Amino acid sequence: MRHLASYILTRFLLAIPMVFIMLTIVFVVLRVMPGDPVNAMLGGHAPQKVIDKKKEELGLNKPIAAQYVDYLGKLARFDLGDSMIFKQKVSQPIIEKLPATIELTLFGLLVSLGLGIPLGASAARRRRSGGDFGIRLYANVVYCIPVFWMGLLLQLIFGIFLGWFPISGRTSPRLEVSSFSKTGFYIIDTLRIGNIGAFGDVMWHLVLPAFTLGIVLSGIFVRLTRANMLDVLKSDYILAARARGIPERRVVYNHGLRNALIPIVTMLGLQFSLLLAGAILTESTFSWPGMGRLLLERIYLRDYPTIQGVIVVYTLVVSAMSLLVDLLYAAIDPRVKY
Amino acid sequence: MRWFGRSRRKYRTEWWIMIAGVLIIVLILTMTVFPHVFARFDPNDQDAGGQMTAPSAAHIMGTDNLSRDVWARVVYGARTILGVAIAAALLSAIIGIPLGLLSGFAGGMFDRILSLIMDSVYSFPGLILAIAFAAMLGPGVINITLAVAVVYIPTYFRLVRGQTLSIKEEVYVEAARAIGARRGTILSRYVFPNVIATVVVVLSLNIADAIMTEAALSYIGLGLPAGIPDWGMDLSMGKKFLPSGVWWMITFPGLMIMLLALGFTMLGEGLAEILNPRLLER
Repeated sequence: MRHLASYILTRFLLAIPMVFIMLTIVFVVLRVMPGDPVNAMLGGHAPQKVIDKKKEELGLNKPIAAQYVDYLGKLARFDLGDSMIFKQKVSQPIIEKLPATIELTLFGLLVSLGLGIPLGASAARRRRSGGDFGIRLYANVVYCIPVFWMGLLLQLIFGIFLGWFPISGRTSPRLEVSSFSKTGFYIIDTLRIGNIGAFGDVMWHLVLPAFTLGIVLSGIFVRLTRANMLDVLKSDYILAARARGIPERRVVYNHGLRNALIPIVTMLGLQFSLLLAGAILTESTFSWPGMGRLLLERIYLRDYPTIQGVIVVYTLVVSAMSLLVDLLYAAIDPRVKY
Repeated sequence: MRWFGRSRRKYRTEWWIMIAGVLIIVLILTMTVFPHVFARFDPNDQDAGGQMTAPSAAHIMGTDNLSRDVWARVVYGARTILGVAIAAALLSAIIGIPLGLLSGFAGGMFDRILSLIMDSVYSFPGLILAIAFAAMLGPGVINITLAVAVVYIPTYFRLVRGQTLSIKEEVYVEAARAIGARRGTILSRYVFPNVIATVVVVLSLNIADAIMTEAALSYIGLGLPAGIPDWGMDLSMGKKFLPSGVWWMITFPGLMIMLLALGFTMLGEGLAEILNPRLLER
């Protein structure tokens, strides 16, 4: 148990430089943006004195190095600063929007695993047959579909032509969100108060965005599963299982797939960052009020502190996810030494 | 001879995949070179036909909200996306490859720090990075190329560094060192030629990725100034008219993005299987 604790600690310490590097890159990139944000913020016609005063207020008159130190100092105290456009803390809209993004990515991931793993496993089982070729073709085609186009197509077919699902937002307008919203995770909130109608409405809105994200990313999981399964199916214990006369289906799915899933878990971390990127585009397509939409809105408004805050949170989410994945890997594979 | 025959039979599917990919690329490339042969209308001609008319004989892909011919916009838009994607992928290769070679060959502190930076960028969602850069640089063809290029530098760095690490232990590199070859010579004459095969594969897959990143940036409105025909921009325009059932404005530009990306993916995958079967196993 002590080993596990020290492993967690080491792994955690290793994540710090990554977060730090990303913060620095984002800080530098946003500081050298052309155009004066303060001037733009004050309408573009404010006298120089007013601009200078505002800059002093925001701490933008200091040298960049000093601003950087200030920023890191605040961050260490979990303070993301204040918005430049609205009278609010940067953390406020982030806390409001993050649950929407998490709900979307989580369900997107579920759909892509649900599609990708069975398809990949069955492709490996009938390697070099027509079925295998078809599944590999699916994986490649789907991977080349831009997420937002997939979203538009699903909207067109299932939202507009068939009219089965809504094409924007998290809930229907008739639903009073304030009546149940507490954590921001609408699925949890509606279940918590036992409002099944509202829960159904929330799930109904989630279908198209989750499938948009899930279908596009399922291609990767098909390929990963197939490649791992092919490796696993060559191993001695599979041969042994077959020799004992265990039915082929059980050999493939019980003995094979379980072992093939282990390396897939390690790949989840990297796929997660694709998932987040896809979520930005999905949010933009489905008017989903999440972090991605927040980021884009604030880029148009040139609200630097908020842009920076959103990217910081993305960085933290990505590192936390990769940490989690490593721990999960250590937990499910007893061969991993801490 | 027997070996050759068997290998060609073994890779038959891969050959066909590669050829199909090349055909798609060549077709779209021809469109970018001779757009006027393919399209009768100018992509910015606002009198091409009626407003948002469905595909017909006169306008095989219909017209958009500004009465422009969708097919003309598709044809001329190929130039933008293909140019940006290829330029961006080449740019990241030009920066990433030498850095990877140097880092892997030199080792030490330099290697450690550079690897840490590259790994951090690599594990971060590329699109978010591209969005940050595109927002910083403002709209423009060159700016969007730079924003896309930044994302893929670590891809080349990691690949080339890894290969350099193993190649520098090879006997022929030791032999070169023994006869007194300089570092620069060893890198350019002995190490670099051996990483090229893999780089070609990754370049092709990378262009496919860059195509989708470019389309994404212009879809969310961070890419290009108005007036340049672009598939991503046309998609975001089409999105506004989706609720009225205008399916042709979104169908065709999206289909083209997919086809183009698919072409480069197929070329890359085919090449990978033939040149180095182990590369894509994971």
